Amino acid sequence: MSVQSETITPQAPAADPLVADEALRPAFFDWLCRMGDNTVVLGHRISEWCGHGPVLEEDIALANTALDLIGHTQMWLGLAGEVEGRGRSADDLAFLRDAYRFRNAKLVELPNGDMAVTLMREFLFDAWHFEMLTALTRSASARVAEIAAKALKEVSYHLERSSDLVVRLGDGSAESHARMQEALDRLWSYAGELFTADATDDAMAAAGIAPSLADLLAQWQRTVDEVLEEATLRKPEGRFDVHQGGKQGRHTEHLGYILAEMQFLQRAYPGASW
Amino acid sequence: MYAQMVKSEGMKARDEMSPEELAFQERIDRGEKIEPKEWMPEGYRKTLVRQIGQHAHSEIVGQLPEGNWITRAPTLERKAILLAKVQDEAGHGLYLYSAAETLGVSRDDLVEKLHSGAMKYSSIFNYPTLNWADMGAVGWLVDGAAIMNQVPLQRTSYGPYSRAMIRICKEESFHQRQGYSIMMKMAQGTPEQKEMAQDALNRFWGPALMMFGPSDKDSVHSAQSMAWKIKINTNDELRQKFVDETVPQAEYLGLTIPDPTLKWDDERGHYDFAQPDWDEFFEVLKGNGPCNEERLGARRRAWDEGAWFREGLVAYAEKSAARRAAAGVAAE
Amino acid sequence: MTKKEWPLWEVFIRGQHGLNHRHVGSLHAPDAEMAINHARDVYTRRKEGVSIWVVKSADITASSPSEKGPLFDPAESKVYRHPTFFDIPDEVGHM
Repeated sequence: MSVQSETITPQAPAADPLVADEALRPAFFDWLCRMGDNTVVLGHRISEWCGHGPVLEEDIALANTALDLIGHTQMWLGLAGEVEGRGRSADDLAFLRDAYRFRNAKLVELPNGDMAVTLMREFLFDAWHFEMLTALTRSASARVAEIAAKALKEVSYHLERSSDLVVRLGDGSAESHARMQEALDRLWSYAGELFTADATDDAMAAAGIAPSLADLLAQWQRTVDEVLEEATLRKPEGRFDVHQGGKQGRHTEHLGYILAEMQFLQRAYPGASW
Repeated sequence: MYAQMVKSEGMKARDEMSPEELAFQERIDRGEKIEPKEWMPEGYRKTLVRQIGQHAHSEIVGQLPEGNWITRAPTLERKAILLAKVQDEAGHGLYLYSAAETLGVSRDDLVEKLHSGAMKYSSIFNYPTLNWADMGAVGWLVDGAAIMNQVPLQRTSYGPYSRAMIRICKEESFHQRQGYSIMMKMAQGTPEQKEMAQDALNRFWGPALMMFGPSDKDSVHSAQSMAWKIKINTNDELRQKFVDETVPQAEYLGLTIPDPTLKWDDERGHYDFAQPDWDEFFEVLKGNGPCNEERLGARRRAWDEGAWFREGLVAYAEKSAARRAAAGVAAE
Repeated sequence: MTKKEWPLWEVFIRGQHGLNHRHVGSLHAPDAEMAINHARDVYTRRKEGVSIWVVKSADITASSPSEKGPLFDPAESKVYRHPTFFDIPDEVGHM
């Protein structure tokens, strides 16, 4: 039987002069790597659960989340490669950069721990991700707006799901409550990096490509406060922005091991096609 | 297949059957589907629980050898495809457990029987996945062998099992093809990639043949299962069909099947091939395969470490039901 | 610790084309809201525009059920879930 591959007609990408703007290029590339590195690293972490979830339905749901994030990575790093203009593909960027070139926040590279850490991390990230993508749908860059609109549909569900589970487990049994509180206490000081702007973020905001991070904070705090309250969890008193540097390439020790695993085949067999 | 050497219960000659049993057998002979809560012989029910349960266990233990490479997949696309495939296996496990549950057993009980060793899963998943081409070999050979068995099982006599099989077969076709697509890339790639592909075939060929189980042409269990249409073909028939279909696929890849006796028999219209090492098969079933401990250990760990998660969600559901009830009372 | 199994739910889905809800399968969940979420993940792979009903399996009164479960297409963007995504040469036979 002859089987033809389904022809998928890719929609022509929106016209977007910002993609070729040379003055913006370094900051735009850097920023796109931040978006794509957050999703590739978090997607990697969540995919570690596949086959090891606490119940079949949750195993399947976690895999869906990881699949979404890998899909977003292909879009963000694909556009990063175009903006950079040196012919690098999304795969080149994901599999052939060393840790100090990665631009994800430290929050997403921390080990999964138990389901409490995994879900609390997802929630803190999703709440940021949702606000970020919502703002990006109005980006001056048509290409960025297009990606954000696609990703937002999925991330809306991520946030709905992680909020729901944080509430249920926080207000569940004594043990689930204690674990969720412990996870929150452990992760809290990493969340603020997502809102700490540097020159790259300022340049993107000035160009109208991305929102000012400070503008996202108020809504994020409202979401977090509401969910934590319903979950009967106590918001930690300490600063939420202690751990910084991931976005500039200064990571925890964990990222190196993620990449050693993720990039193994591409590094061991350079130039092979898979 | 995914259910190997399932013992069936209560083989009876027609003239020994009660009127109820005879009527039941006649329904099956007419091709009718048996549905939950309808009368069925206890042996039929027990055999099905064992077979569907073993099949379900195989799906979820089967997530592990491939899950082993998700974090090392070489491209974003391969990672997504592999993850989607392993996720499908969790889904297949879920469909099959649901089918078993219509027979009056609970999923948690079945899972506990898996963990205690009282129920088995397919021997194939006790073999390690050692290089990336194994992801190709597993999809091509292991899913290929599974499909041989599952396609006819779509016509099995038990309705829920048949419907689960129909859904699963639809998804399995993508699995086998993605495996073969990896094998093509590897076999046509660099010399090292080709070496990995051949190595994967060398390691998985025997274990894939074992998936069909030892010859059962003289087995009373098989005869009963076939009369009940919960087994459609003999193990040897399916194994032969698998070999006949796989040999040209290996030839296309330019890979050598690790069987020097393999040759086409014009008279039979089939390939002659060597039997796999059945001593090894029985050792694997006994728990002495290369990865038995790792596989079962991973399943037990996931279940034990997930207990607080499952219980925490039950606690919330109970609390919120109580709150709703209280609010309802207050409103009246 | 007392063992409490999540109850079993039957899932019914109405697709985008406005046909009646149809039974697609079962799953376990601690309550109805989570059963809906699980159904989205397990049976629709979160394809949009579908309406989901769940009912506890224990609450169903059955005569002699005999419906076929429909198959759901995976979300459009996950093209690799379709067998035809993979080009298989004619020479290797049906797969």
